[in-house]
Amino acid sequence: MGAKAGSSPPVVPPPASSATSFFPSINGLKLKTKQQELLIRVSILALVYVLAFAIRLFSVLRYESMIHEFDPYFNYRTTLFLTEKGFYEFWNWFDFESWYPLGRIIGGTLYPGLMVTAALIYWTLHFLRFAVHIREVCVLTAPFFASNTTIVAYFFGKEIWDSGAGLVAAALIAICPGYISRSVAGSYDNEGVAIFALLLTFYLFVKAVNTGSLAWALASAFGYFYMVSAWGGYVFIINLVPLYVLVLLVTGRYSMRLYIAYNCMYVLGMLLAMQIRFVGFQHVQSGEHMAAMGVFFLLQVFYFLDWVKFTLNDPKLFYSFLRIALTCAISVGSLALGVGMATGYISPWTGRFYSLLDPTYAKDHIPIIASVSEHQPTAWSSFMFDFHILLFLFPAGLYFCFKRLSDATIFIVMYGLTSMYFAGVMVRLILVAAPAVCLISSIAVSATLKNLTMLIRAKNNATPMGSSKGTASLKASAKASSFDQPLPYQRNVAIALLLGAFYLLSRYAIHCTWVTSEAYSSPSIVLAARGAHGGRVIFDDYREAYFWLRKNTPADAKIMSWWDYGYQITAMGNRTVIVDNNTWNNTHIATVGRAMSSYEDEAYDIMKSLDVDYVLVVFGGVTGYSSDDINKFLWMVRIGGGVFPVIKEPEYLVNGEYRVDKGAAPKMLNCLMYKLCYYRFGEVTTEYGKPPGYDRARGVEIGNKDVKLEYLEEAFTTSNWIIRIYKVKPPKNRW
Amino acid sequence: MRKVFACALFLLLATWMTTARSDLVISKVDRRIDLTSHIVRVLSTLKVENAGRVVVSEILLAIPNMQAKNLANLKAFYNEGKGKGSAINLPVAEVHPEGMPRELSFYSISLHEGLEKGKSLTVNVLTIFTHSLQPFPEEISQSDVQLVVYQDSAYYVSPYEVKSQSLNVLLPGGRVESYTKHPSGKLVDSEIKYGPYEKLPPFSYSPIVLHFENNNPFVVAQELVREIEVSHWGSIQITEHYNLAHKGATNKGGFSRLDYQSRSYMGGRSSLRQLIARLPPRAHSIYYRDDIGNISTSHLWGDSRKTQLEIEPRFPIFGGWRTSFTIGYSLPLQDFLFVSEGNRFLNITFGCPMDEVVIDDLIVKVVLPEGSKEVSVSVPFHTKQWHETKYSHLDIIGRPVVALEKHNVVPEHNTYFQVHYKFNNLSLLWEPLMLISGFLLLFVACIAYMHADMSISKSSASYIAKLQWDEVQATVQQVQNVIRRCLSAHEKLETSLQDLSRTGDVQSCKATRKIADGLLKELSKELKPLMGFLQSSPQAAQIWPKVEELVAKEKEMQEKLMQKHVAVVDCFEKKYSGREIENRVAPYQQKLSALKQDVDDLLDYIDEI
Repeated sequence: MGAKAGSSPPVVPPPASSATSFFPSINGLKLKTKQQELLIRVSILALVYVLAFAIRLFSVLRYESMIHEFDPYFNYRTTLFLTEKGFYEFWNWFDFESWYPLGRIIGGTLYPGLMVTAALIYWTLHFLRFAVHIREVCVLTAPFFASNTTIVAYFFGKEIWDSGAGLVAAALIAICPGYISRSVAGSYDNEGVAIFALLLTFYLFVKAVNTGSLAWALASAFGYFYMVSAWGGYVFIINLVPLYVLVLLVTGRYSMRLYIAYNCMYVLGMLLAMQIRFVGFQHVQSGEHMAAMGVFFLLQVFYFLDWVKFTLNDPKLFYSFLRIALTCAISVGSLALGVGMATGYISPWTGRFYSLLDPTYAKDHIPIIASVSEHQPTAWSSFMFDFHILLFLFPAGLYFCFKRLSDATIFIVMYGLTSMYFAGVMVRLILVAAPAVCLISSIAVSATLKNLTMLIRAKNNATPMGSSKGTASLKASAKASSFDQPLPYQRNVAIALLLGAFYLLSRYAIHCTWVTSEAYSSPSIVLAARGAHGGRVIFDDYREAYFWLRKNTPADAKIMSWWDYGYQITAMGNRTVIVDNNTWNNTHIATVGRAMSSYEDEAYDIMKSLDVDYVLVVFGGVTGYSSDDINKFLWMVRIGGGVFPVIKEPEYLVNGEYRVDKGAAPKMLNCLMYKLCYYRFGEVTTEYGKPPGYDRARGVEIGNKDVKLEYLEEAFTTSNWIIRIYKVKPPKNRW
Repeated sequence: MRKVFACALFLLLATWMTTARSDLVISKVDRRIDLTSHIVRVLSTLKVENAGRVVVSEILLAIPNMQAKNLANLKAFYNEGKGKGSAINLPVAEVHPEGMPRELSFYSISLHEGLEKGKSLTVNVLTIFTHSLQPFPEEISQSDVQLVVYQDSAYYVSPYEVKSQSLNVLLPGGRVESYTKHPSGKLVDSEIKYGPYEKLPPFSYSPIVLHFENNNPFVVAQELVREIEVSHWGSIQITEHYNLAHKGATNKGGFSRLDYQSRSYMGGRSSLRQLIARLPPRAHSIYYRDDIGNISTSHLWGDSRKTQLEIEPRFPIFGGWRTSFTIGYSLPLQDFLFVSEGNRFLNITFGCPMDEVVIDDLIVKVVLPEGSKEVSVSVPFHTKQWHETKYSHLDIIGRPVVALEKHNVVPEHNTYFQVHYKFNNLSLLWEPLMLISGFLLLFVACIAYMHADMSISKSSASYIAKLQWDEVQATVQQVQNVIRRCLSAHEKLETSLQDLSRTGDVQSCKATRKIADGLLKELSKELKPLMGFLQSSPQAAQIWPKVEELVAKEKEMQEKLMQKHVAVVDCFEKKYSGREIENRVAPYQQKLSALKQDVDDLLDYIDEI
């Protein structure tokens, strides 16, 4: 796979004349150079398409065809519902299995793009008489769309630079780890489809700006609609595009093409986006979308002024008019905005938006956003991990873009720079930056390679001439000097550089394959480790517990757990949960956090008030699994304390230190979470040579070995103790 | 618990005794009740004597209704000859004879040859009951042993007089809490013996109750759907969907993993830890999964006689717990599918491949290939049957499915059954052909799309311009072709010159020149209309100068080459020296190579437009 990837980029610059010498057999078929180039291009694209799909299958081959992580389980569950009950049922679905006792209106609180896409694929396949299971469709949706993204990347690259850059972009994005991280088989999440939609929208918009064609603008509006239906990240588009238009206006690149493209895309895109219930009227009511509207009006003003200028035909008069018109427009605009904000018609920016602009905002104000590991600021190492050589090629590509500035390159530069900033703010947004980085890097690679091959070809062209002449005439040796030859070392250096580029690209391919296989291809619901004899040991505890819940608890049992596991419990356990990964109600989550961090008797009251039948905790002390509930516990305290001031974080810490051993805070040692995790753990010897009750995840002997439960009883513990389920006892008889 | 129903029954029965038939007499009954698993197997050996005057062709068996509702299998057979002869099965049917007590169900064994007066016959009757062991206490904690209660009669219940009888009850071992000592019960090792009893009238009944330890998991498949899919491409895929429950004493007070793992003797002795499925030999592509994915705890062994699959459920199954899973495997077709008289028949086992599993509701579906006809089934016991259709990959009319349903299935039902059907081998080609034609259509559609003119307004300027441009391109290509042919003619001339210098054959060289000359003239004629078109077309404006230049250069090249050719041939005719020839040719040569270079460049340039 690596070799395939490595070899495709160097072939990329279409070597028109050298191709003839490479393929004598093709020459025999009398293909014209152009046809040869087309053939090479199409076959490279086809290979890249297959490669993008194949590299994402590691997890299927290594584990099985299964859904990964947390959110995809919700998507899978809803897709299943959609295929079974049809679209209208889905649209009106009130889900009483989550957020007990509140419930959740699924149709109005999700982006349906992904589910509808998968269902359409499923229905199409069934129409064509392929009796596939919906699970297989869901598992393979992300790789399929990743393959499609490479095609879009090719056309985008072709639009902003040339077809060579397009090919390189397709090859780079096919295996870029930053993108693969969210689109491996089984990662059935919105992002898998959304990146395709994002890039498609951008491509169509740039195409519309370049051509000024209404058709392309319409297409980009539909692309935008698809993006809106698929992912909340559409806010990026609706802010980047106006920003781009603004930059073009400022740099004096305003044109009729831009006017047509933006107006059509904005108006139609907005109207279409309103059809998505979760988005609704946000385009006219939310502060995050106001930039687009402002730019829309600005464009009208611009156009109007242009027209006035044309009709007045008098600079002096025009300037005075300009002054009045601008003042009016700005004051009306700001007045409208002010009134809208004041009356509450236009909602202010949401916390998520703020936390994007200011990386420290979430930490101070919204612990629930900060608690998610993928919302943390990005470390340099993960940039290197996800982009590898692209990180160096990116600035080089920017240089080439600035050297040949056009509307399209301005767009890609802006897309690259803004998304790079966001990628720095949040780890998960590396995903959004990945296509831009690949495109800009591909410009660098393609331009460099093209220049180098040009140098080599200049010589190559000369040599066959000389030889053909030699055969043609009887004596023409002296004539060769009449051509001015490039200096010999020039060609050698070019070859050396070309080899260097080949080496770099092949390293990139190897790195990507390695990263994909090592880091991004584990389902996270099945854990694998190396056993003592080198064999693979599988910890399938999550599914063990969920299946136990599904089979051996009453059908209406309510399960309380931390919100991370909510989606999985409803999808795999088929039981009602109190909170889940759709963190729409902070208070409810805080209540659960409060129950977990209270003493057992206080927690019992909370649990009774929530009708909780079972409590589920994740515990890694036996296996050394570190992302368990004890390590997440401080966030529960923080989120709980954020709403209920009874819970105070310092009470769980000793001198600002979080510990579970003998030196831990007394409140910590007796809170519900601690008790549930460590119940009877004091009797277990986990590691040879360590005292019983040695917690392998934290590397300490626990502080409270004699845990007694009064209101709960152990109902089930999985074979590696990763999941422990407790039953809430019924209230005692009072007489 | 110790219900009085049995006593009541006994009293009732006594009133019926007088009406019993008396022409048959059972001279000896040996009963063995096997209680070692949760399936109760009763083997009774009856020695039947005809004490009446007429030939008797059927023997009646009586089973109390309480037991009869749990009856899974009833088999009667006798051994041919003395000792170890082959067992011959006798047909058994349920009957409702007149004037018999309603508390009993009756089954009649039909004898192949009637039993004549005074003759006797030894018949073995195997009855198998499920759900007959009642856990008591009904709820136990994880570390408790599982105790069960079994009720039966100490006497053999029969409509005939029984002269002598005995009863042995085989227990699984372990603790025996209590057993009915009256009449004459005694416990030896793990076996309880009753009898012998002599001369008991018909319908004698004496209840016994046994309370003993049985730690076997009471594995009951509440539903098992077996799907047997026949593919004539060479395999039979079997998919079995299990819905298992442990019907023993219910677990109370939770489950402690610590006890289960560290103290195995008390951590759930009656729990179900693993199941062993004995699959036919050469089974392959085996999988084991459930609704939420693959289950990784399974082992597989195989040799030439069997394949053994050892599966562990995701979690140990305690009393009252449930689980469900699916196993699937493929078998080679030739082991199970045979042909007889143009008919095909499938010969495959009916029940589930696992030991000691009771199946409440077994549905076997045989999916035959699309296009199978005249389907019929022969099963050795009574089942409910219906037909349905299944749609799988690439099915148009669907595959015929025969479904068989049977309640209360025990391992003894795991016998072969046959499905007969007719199938034409040509139907095999149907689906590949469909795929091929599908792809063909796709490609044809692509080709059609590439060649079709999809533009909406045929009169728009851009459309016309595009059409013209296509035409221009085609013309330019033709021009290029002509030029290339010219160039190849030039090459021929050059080679003829080389031949001349080697052989000195002036005549053939001249002939070559003549031919080449003719060819070139023809080509230039061909070129004329093309050039005319290019000159007139507005679309070709930007390319025209280059084409014109190309043609001009080529013409010049022709002339020079001809001149050179003439000169060289001339020199040869005059027999000049090599140096002289060289001198004469040199100026032409120089011009020619420059022209050649120009022409090549121009061709490249035009190519790239």
